[in-house]
Amino acid sequence: MKNLENLVNEAVVLIDRSENATELEHIKVRYLGREGELTKLLRGLGELPQADRPVMGNLINQAKKSLDEALALRKKNIEEKDMVAQLEEETLDVTLPGRGLGIGGLHPVSRVLLRIESLFRSIGFAVASGPEIETDFYNFTALNIPQNHPARAMHDTFYVDSMNLLRTHTSPVQIRYMKNHRPPLKAIAPGRVYRCDSDVTHTPMFHQVEGLWVDENVNFSALKGVLMDFMQKFFERDDLPIRFRPSFFPFTEPSAEMDIGCVMCDGKGCRVCGNTGWLEVLGCGMVHPNVLKHGGVDTEKYTALAFGLGVERLAMLRYGVNDLRLFFDNDLRFLEQFN
Amino acid sequence: MRFSENWLRMLVNPPYSSNELAQVLTMAGLEVENVEAVAPPFDNVVVAEVISIQKHPDADRLNVCQVDTGTTDNKLIQVVCGAPNVEVGVKVPCALIGARLPDIVIKQSKLRGVESLGMLCSAKELGLSEKAEGLLLLPKDAPNGMSFREFYALDDQIFTLKLTPNRADCLGILGVAREVAAITATDFVPPEIESVKSEINNTLPVYVEKPEACPLYYGRVMHEVSLAVATPLWMTQRLERGGVRAINVVVDILNYIMLEMGQPMHAFDLAKIKDGQAGKILVRYAKKGEHLELLNGQKIELQPDMLVIADENEPLALAGIMGGIESSVQLGTTDLFLESAFFSPEVISGKSFHLGFSTDAAHRFERGVDFAVARDALERATHLILSICGGKAGPITGVKNLLPNRDVVKVRLERIKQLLGIDLGSGQISEIFKRLRFNFSVDDDVFYVIPPSYRFDLAIEEDFIEEVARIYGYDHIPASLPRAEMSMLPESEVINLSPGRLKEILMCRDYQEVINYAFVDANWELDFANNAAPVVLKNPIASQMSVMRSSLIGGLMANLQFNLNRKQTRVRIFEVGCCFMNNQGHYQQTENIAGLCYGNAAPEQWGQPARNIDFFDVKMDLESLFWPEQLRFEKFIHPALHPGKSAQLYRNKEIAGWLGELHPHLQRKYDLPRSAILFELHIDSLSTRTLPKVKKLSKFPPVQRDIAIVVDNHISAQELLDSMNAEKVDIISEIHLFDIYSGKGMEAGKKSLAFRILLQDTEKTLVDKEVEEAIAKLLNVLESKYNAKLRR
Repeated sequence: MKNLENLVNEAVVLIDRSENATELEHIKVRYLGREGELTKLLRGLGELPQADRPVMGNLINQAKKSLDEALALRKKNIEEKDMVAQLEEETLDVTLPGRGLGIGGLHPVSRVLLRIESLFRSIGFAVASGPEIETDFYNFTALNIPQNHPARAMHDTFYVDSMNLLRTHTSPVQIRYMKNHRPPLKAIAPGRVYRCDSDVTHTPMFHQVEGLWVDENVNFSALKGVLMDFMQKFFERDDLPIRFRPSFFPFTEPSAEMDIGCVMCDGKGCRVCGNTGWLEVLGCGMVHPNVLKHGGVDTEKYTALAFGLGVERLAMLRYGVNDLRLFFDNDLRFLEQFN
Repeated sequence: MRFSENWLRMLVNPPYSSNELAQVLTMAGLEVENVEAVAPPFDNVVVAEVISIQKHPDADRLNVCQVDTGTTDNKLIQVVCGAPNVEVGVKVPCALIGARLPDIVIKQSKLRGVESLGMLCSAKELGLSEKAEGLLLLPKDAPNGMSFREFYALDDQIFTLKLTPNRADCLGILGVAREVAAITATDFVPPEIESVKSEINNTLPVYVEKPEACPLYYGRVMHEVSLAVATPLWMTQRLERGGVRAINVVVDILNYIMLEMGQPMHAFDLAKIKDGQAGKILVRYAKKGEHLELLNGQKIELQPDMLVIADENEPLALAGIMGGIESSVQLGTTDLFLESAFFSPEVISGKSFHLGFSTDAAHRFERGVDFAVARDALERATHLILSICGGKAGPITGVKNLLPNRDVVKVRLERIKQLLGIDLGSGQISEIFKRLRFNFSVDDDVFYVIPPSYRFDLAIEEDFIEEVARIYGYDHIPASLPRAEMSMLPESEVINLSPGRLKEILMCRDYQEVINYAFVDANWELDFANNAAPVVLKNPIASQMSVMRSSLIGGLMANLQFNLNRKQTRVRIFEVGCCFMNNQGHYQQTENIAGLCYGNAAPEQWGQPARNIDFFDVKMDLESLFWPEQLRFEKFIHPALHPGKSAQLYRNKEIAGWLGELHPHLQRKYDLPRSAILFELHIDSLSTRTLPKVKKLSKFPPVQRDIAIVVDNHISAQELLDSMNAEKVDIISEIHLFDIYSGKGMEAGKKSLAFRILLQDTEKTLVDKEVEEAIAKLLNVLESKYNAKLRR
């Protein structure tokens, strides 16, 4: 049986020396293939004496099995080695920049609007809208601002013709919304408004968000509560100082201005707050009964709170923008900072 | 409203510092805009008299003065002075040795060898004025040696109130004092006004044509008034600190009354009124064609809605707004006709605004002047004129008609609670109303209040509730979160009017959002929207912002140029905004979304060749907005677009917008190195989506067949797809174009299009025969309609 042992040893050496899958396959064919050496030995069993056949057959089968194992082991080794080589070869400079399109962004005013909308939606405010060319009636008369009222002069209105104008505030949406919805109702109306005023702190177009809540138990205390909650959530500061001052708007009674502690200097006094430590951020009040009547609301049963805030102002304070006009220059270097 | 703090404190003096007082006023709704000292700090400046003057021996422009500074031993001090207006006998402020002035400290010194023991001061050197106009000359009766600060009452502050239009009652210091007393619960007694006994009997009859325009008119004739006297210093100071310019003594006195009592008054030169003593005063509306030259020199054409004060000939003054120059009181005037009237706010409102100027009188009358004060104001003015200018006063003549209603207003305790959310007792409310000096009674938790004559803003229950809140203090009303019934907002999956989702999609596709003004240059409308009749503003802020945009493209083009000028090379921007169309006086307003792409398709990067963005890049962006709805693109002619590279978009046969490349002539006109791709869509067309409805998934494998056909160049891919789809072969689940070829190897004027066709049956595996039949059907229709040949 020297022959069989040599054969196996010789094959094992070849297997161990083989470098790749092809060589290994050749070796397999040479020993275990149809014309392979071990196969031939097996086939020659018939020429052996009957008594030797089982022993010899057994030995050959063992040899075949050990070769199979050696082949499998070597195959696994070679595959592992190949994988290592492949991985090595395929290695990238992962620090190279990614490819394809970049990503754009929203205008900071949109970004703030979305934020305001989402805060108010979270307590059930619907989002309403109205036309930008508005009638004199909705913009003024229905809001308790009669012809020639001094409050009209404060509004610096752009006129389209004698009856139509560019809305000077989002408040007309209050009337439109009340006419189309039955109380109780809660809505905000974001949008563009126009006033013919242009200097360092005024642009002839800007954005406002109007808010309206009509229900049986809304009162001045609730007005304070809702707006404080909003400002503190908007600026993510629970300790944001807030004060309400009496003011005048023809469409609310009582009326108030809401000031927040200056977020630039923490109320210490700076250029932004004119050294007062306070920033005027919105006007608000309990809706005037004449306005509710124009909206078809029963003024004895229902009361309503309303507010209007300037979006650019909040954006400036939130993101530290020091020049209002930057919002409408649309310089990509500015806009991309909000992406 | 500006006023001297000292003046206010003489009337009401709450125990607060200036800053505290400002704070308290602001928190009560009278916003204090500014508190500024009348004078900067300085000391050791006294009233001095120049006793003698000698020329400086070594300097032409200097004088050596001996000055009486009121020392107890009457010793004069020597001061060298360079002011041109120094004269013997003048009284001036003199800074003594050691005085600390705003800019310098005074030391004993020698000027060109002559000793000087102080400095005679100009207003500028004391920080009282910007300009130096020689020495500040003081009245003759100024006491020598008196502290100049004290003499000039300089330890005072000027308060500036930013009054809301409803608070005209605080346009006089007495009104402010009344308010301060109410806010701070301090005592305040309004001064008693005594009537003047008339010494002459002369009167001018007054005729009021329209009583509702002028419910109250008081007048008085005065004789032998001297305008040559100087306005007293105390009055000048209060006027100056109130922001009122000195004119002449009579006008100053009337202005003073206005600052004090809030009542604008006017004085006419009696000699200039037709027939003088025998004339009459008419309060009437102007007639067409009448003119008036106002005190400010402006000649105006009077309109029939303007109320005037006239004699029998012509208008003398624009009632409640401004006097005429012709009848005005001037230095030589001796006889006057004084007017103190109440003009209806509705009559005065808006007039000065339309005339383009504002006056103190108009400002007050249009907001409402206390009609109960008109007579008192006339008496007080007469009194002051008599005591300052001398003269004789006639009796008051007046016309009194129906004054504004002061109906009793019911204020319910329950309503106060409903509106404010706080539980105030009847006693507390009474206390607040008393502080406000309201005339009221209480019955069973209902207050019956009469609005005071000076409060034009108090007419309904809510107005008084605001007063309660204001005096109680907004700060003292607790903030609370309201309780409400919870119900969810509707949230449609099919209709979405908010452009938020569209913005997000474009943002993710590398677009930057911009926001432009809605008023644009009329030329943009012509260039980019072919709109020669846009909505025009009557009062634009600038000529290049005079019309309302009907397209967002102009703004985007301007943004492109702005950013190219700042060295950007790739711009991808979009805007959502309202567009306006003038449809024969009917204004259509629609929300659009528009975009502009310029430069390379992708940001500059490695491993990918740079190429210019084109129509098809942007087409995919638009398709993604509508996804999964399929849009149809049809050739489109638009003046701003390249006619061969533009398309109109249809969704369900409705126009959704357009897409295209900027027309080369506009590219040249706007000086762009490369072309731009533009699109504009109606948001409406994007506001609905279909609710997904799931189809059964087939268990059988799909069959894929590719066919390439050759057709004439002019045949569009859409036409071919439409014809194939029209065959409605059931087993064809999808046809899409995946390749296109023309050029080498292709017959001239021809192109090859390759379609991938997916075939599928949900019930069984397809057999070759079915597949072949289906494909043949497609090829047949393409061949018969478009002479398409299968490419081999």
